[in-house]
Amino acid sequence: MSRDPEITSSTDMIRALGLIAAICGIIIVGVYEFTLDAVNANKKIALERQVFKVFPHAKTVDAFDALPGGISPAGDHDALAGAVRFYAAYDATGKLAGIAAEGSSAGYADQVRVLYAWDPEKQLIIGLGVISMRETPGIGDKILVDRDFLHNFVALDVSLAADLNSLAHMVKTVKHGTKSHDWEIDAISGATVTSKAVGRGINQSAQALLPRLMPHLAQLRNKS
Amino acid sequence: MTSLVSNFDEFMDGLWKQNPIFVMVLGMCPTLAVTVSAINSISMGLATTFVLVASCLLVSLLRHAIPKEVRIASYIVIIATFVTVVDYAIQAISLELYEALGAYIKLIVANCILLGRAEAHAAKTPPVAASLNACGMGLGFTLGLLAIGAVREIFGSGMLFGVSLFGPHFQPWVIMVLPPGGFFVLAGWLILFAAIKARNSSQLSSGERALEGGKS
Amino acid sequence: MKPTIELRAAPHVHSGISVPVIMRNVVGALLPICAFSVWQYGISAAALILTVTASCLLTERFFSSRTGLGNTLADWSAAITGILLALTLPPNFPLWMGVVAGFIAIALGKSLFGGMGFNPFNPALVGRAFVQGAFPSTIASFVPSYAPQRFTEFVPSTLTAPLMQAADNSAWIGHAAIDAFTGATPLARWKFENFTYSAGDFMTGVVTASAGETSAILILACGVYLAMRRYLDWRIPVAVLGSALILAWAFHLAVPARYPEPVFVLLSGGLMLGAIFMATDMATSPVTPVGVWIYGALIGIVSVVIRYFGGLTEGVMYAILIANAASPLIDQMTQPKVFGARSR
Repeated sequence: MSRDPEITSSTDMIRALGLIAAICGIIIVGVYEFTLDAVNANKKIALERQVFKVFPHAKTVDAFDALPGGISPAGDHDALAGAVRFYAAYDATGKLAGIAAEGSSAGYADQVRVLYAWDPEKQLIIGLGVISMRETPGIGDKILVDRDFLHNFVALDVSLAADLNSLAHMVKTVKHGTKSHDWEIDAISGATVTSKAVGRGINQSAQALLPRLMPHLAQLRNKS
Repeated sequence: MTSLVSNFDEFMDGLWKQNPIFVMVLGMCPTLAVTVSAINSISMGLATTFVLVASCLLVSLLRHAIPKEVRIASYIVIIATFVTVVDYAIQAISLELYEALGAYIKLIVANCILLGRAEAHAAKTPPVAASLNACGMGLGFTLGLLAIGAVREIFGSGMLFGVSLFGPHFQPWVIMVLPPGGFFVLAGWLILFAAIKARNSSQLSSGERALEGGKS
Repeated sequence: MKPTIELRAAPHVHSGISVPVIMRNVVGALLPICAFSVWQYGISAAALILTVTASCLLTERFFSSRTGLGNTLADWSAAITGILLALTLPPNFPLWMGVVAGFIAIALGKSLFGGMGFNPFNPALVGRAFVQGAFPSTIASFVPSYAPQRFTEFVPSTLTAPLMQAADNSAWIGHAAIDAFTGATPLARWKFENFTYSAGDFMTGVVTASAGETSAILILACGVYLAMRRYLDWRIPVAVLGSALILAWAFHLAVPARYPEPVFVLLSGGLMLGAIFMATDMATSPVTPVGVWIYGALIGIVSVVIRYFGGLTEGVMYAILIANAASPLIDQMTQPKVFGARSR
């Protein structure tokens, strides 16, 4: 530095930072307000698309939160701590077609998030969709297309134990070709890690959700 | 007239001569992470371009008001603001795209091109030139991402912009959509650029030699 | 101006053995293994070996002329890379993928680093690692050996059109009428079905495997020949196989029901081929006497660890590549003390 640097006073610095913060704050709040509706609409569409995939006959979807004491319709916000978010799908006449909920667990690369379809009459999982994953193409992502694997979720036993506090049998992923019970998931050979992540995610979610949901199922029978 | 020429130079600087990816090798984190398809590359590139232009414009406008002691903090706040804006905008446009780009939209804030441009150029340049330069840089970045993303999409899934090129029996090269593929393709482009540069400079020097030979 | 110093790759020993002589002998030692592979798998294996080698030679030619190294085909190293690479691939591997593997092996594994002697990794394994990553399912599908029609018909997947998915081989395999063909390698069957083969199966090569991995005895014999002629460092294969054997034996002793007999570990998969022909690559292995033992032991241990605890069924390829990466460090740490120098 050849010239003597000018000393900036603290008030100048604070004023400059305050000015920038004010400008930036206005921009962010403005954009948030402006895009809020579109973002929420997008989220709703994305959710409905997922749920309709596992309940092809459904026409409308409502989101609920299952809390220890009961169930309540979900607001715009994310699920509260301790609550389990689930989705009730209704057919054209407003009758309950089934319940969908998310299970997620760590896979090979990242969280594997799946949406499972639960039939309250039969107490079975009757369908599976994948919300998001980053598994290895050609190996882990077979959970989307492998017929044998998807066949596990046509009738997966998740009935409750006698005390209604947990599942009668833990949902478990077993080695390829060794499935012997209705609550077991036959893994894809070569993609065991991803298969196990699916099983673990479903088990965790179902263990938490179904005992809370069962006593209040009557509330959901017909669309409110 | 001269200002027009120099403005054009400002624009072309980033697009070609100082291409952020192929010449300056900046912003490698998103370059390797999101370029699995052409559409992802373009989205990421345009998002970055927007942040770059908007933040450089604001920095340039405020360049006399920002004391140099707090300039880095100011630049980061400004950049972070526009990254947030882009984050909301992409959510509003398409959630699928938002999921595909993942955390990398938010990570634009840490992309060294942005702070580098604000500090090295916009803080010393009037608004028009600064935003033109930023625009050129951003588009150069987009071009670089697209070059990588297109190759990876063609090999990795047999498609370009989602259009199938080789029919249903194409064998995807799985490695191309995995992180190593990003390194391979980036390296391939860098080799190509280095080869072009080497050839140009050897032609130049042989030309100079001929000139000198004529003189002596 | 004439260069006064000629820069050459290791080895620099004056023993009358030059690089081309060694390389020619290695090719000679590989030929019986190729012949056995062709006898087992027929014209498909022959086509694969020729195509991959040709791809390597053409790539070498292209890059060496571009970089001004002149004609480097005469040193035979590209041919060795090609043959070794082909031998580590399934015999029914599509030819176009073989071309890709050969190109990557030479271009990425060798030429980009400056040609022979400068490559940090074994080029054949670089090529194989790339196709393993690019085509993971194709590289894990096999055909049975000794199929009756092997000399008259190509396996359908061999002739797959470029860029297309490997053709379905089930009709060809059905026609071969081989009982109990599972399409899984012995290592895969052990890992997923807990099924082990007898040592005799590995000697005659009736197991499912890559083109050149089937006969441990033949590979061993060729290795002994090269070691006796001093064309390879016998300590490396001994260290690789010895450390693998000791580790496998320890595991087997601890939990016999879970881990197979040590001899199974030694004879199955690519351990023998890797230990003798790939780990011994002079450019990518250490030169100090102690370093060589460390390097070999590292390969043996990592191979067994990947086989027993990894997601893959076979770990020799990655074990050698890891040891290649470590070899400059091993060299540096095992430098002999200069006489009279003070220890640091």
